[in-house]
Amino acid sequence: MSTATIVGREIHVNDEGFMTDHTEWTEDVARALAANIGIELTDAHWEVLRFVRQDYDAQGESPTLRRVANVGGVPTKQLFTLFPKKPAKKMSYIAGVPKPVGCV
Amino acid sequence: MGKLLVLGAGTAGTMVANKLRQQLPADWTITIVDQDDTHHYQPGYLLLPFGTYTPKQIVRRRSRFIGDGIDLRFGTVDRVDTERSVVEMRGGETLPYDQLVIATGAGIHPEETPGMMEEEWQRSIFDFYSLEGATALRDALKAFTGGRLVVHITEMPIKCPVAPLEFAFLADDHFAERGIRDAVDITYVTPLDGAFTKPVASTHLGGMLSERNINLETDFMVERIDTDTKALVSYDEREIPFDLLVTVPLHMGAPFVGRSGLGDELRFVKVDKHTLQAVGHDNIFALGDASNIPASKAGSVAHFAAEIFTENFLDHIAGRPMAKSFDGHANCFVESGDGKGLLIDFNYDTQPLPGTYPLAGVGPFALLEESRLNHIGKLAFRWIYWHVLLPGRRLPVPALMSMRGKVPAPETPQTTGEPFAQPQKERTP
Repeated sequence: MSTATIVGREIHVNDEGFMTDHTEWTEDVARALAANIGIELTDAHWEVLRFVRQDYDAQGESPTLRRVANVGGVPTKQLFTLFPKKPAKKMSYIAGVPKPVGCV
Repeated sequence: MGKLLVLGAGTAGTMVANKLRQQLPADWTITIVDQDDTHHYQPGYLLLPFGTYTPKQIVRRRSRFIGDGIDLRFGTVDRVDTERSVVEMRGGETLPYDQLVIATGAGIHPEETPGMMEEEWQRSIFDFYSLEGATALRDALKAFTGGRLVVHITEMPIKCPVAPLEFAFLADDHFAERGIRDAVDITYVTPLDGAFTKPVASTHLGGMLSERNINLETDFMVERIDTDTKALVSYDEREIPFDLLVTVPLHMGAPFVGRSGLGDELRFVKVDKHTLQAVGHDNIFALGDASNIPASKAGSVAHFAAEIFTENFLDHIAGRPMAKSFDGHANCFVESGDGKGLLIDFNYDTQPLPGTYPLAGVGPFALLEESRLNHIGKLAFRWIYWHVLLPGRRLPVPALMSMRGKVPAPETPQTTGEPFAQPQKERTP
């Protein structure tokens, strides 16, 4: 557990850079996190991020790609366009919620 | 007094029914329901395609394993009416319960991936997660003389997440034995970002793939299979051609779980991961692969969870708080080919680590390291399964994971706040 300075604020993050306290998240933090992984946020990104955060608040866990597609209504294909290569990780990372549980 | 109803007479359901029959008061009735009278030793599916087992060796009648004083019934569950505490069966029968255990497992759904279950199904596309699939694959492997073999996972979670890796290792060995390894190109395709989910094991098992000249394609989420070109196509438009595809299809829970409003997107019962009690339902539990706990869908997890659950359940029906907490303990033998295997032992919080099991320094099993004894342990397990586990007898190993004999993981050297992906590589110039 450590902290990172993002947009001038101390933010708690884990070894992989995922935020560990989602209440520290702001839209500016999201923009900075997105920039860290080379993503510039558009309206389509924000729609996904809002769903991920709402769902995390309601369910207590980060939604899977399948859940964002089925419940959030954003097709999987589009998630791969918005968050290339690793959409499940990237959308959680930017939304300030934990990495979705890697089912083992 | 009361009525316990168990849905599913597989590994978890059979163990739980037998254990509770030994411990519940005689005025409790236990009813267990399944669709048919055939119990498959599912770990045997892996070894069947390579001729280690015959179908006969891995199939028994369910009724043989259901103890006295348990009412075994056959039928298909339509839905659970949680308001009235009854299970409605197809055909109109209703089964009332005071306490319900859902242990209906996970099934494969190749039809969910476009192109998978079409004209190439069981011609060049096979699964080994069913007796029928594993048997057909045995014949296809025998007939395979060279070309591209692709071993593929559709989506997590799957039963026995190490099984596809084991399949790749055993296939490497199989083709080497036949003297045609050079004619076969093997690729392992996974939606995960490495060979396995947890870092130490992922590195170790990934190394074992490259030692065996098996290509690894990660972060591959299949969108469809192109049956004309015979290729897996991912959502981000990568294509992996195959001559023989061994796929692990999408897994889902039983349809009635969805219809009863108890499941997640994949119809796995939403439970508390420490008590296995269904979210929002005090008198419903899910054991084994049927639940959504973030642990391996594996017989060992079902076994350890059943031990914890049994103790908790006695507290629960006596109106006491459930004192025990399940830790997600899993213990899996991993076949690596050439008569050897590895053993991994882990839980929700502790990843698989090197060392010895179950005793420090003594073992006899080596953790995360290939040995002949681990392979023998895997083969011996079939006997233990039929004779010790299913009847609900105790195995002399602790249900909760122990750090005894394990070598702790080194601290991961990470820069503060370093994002998981290297940004330089991702940015377009």
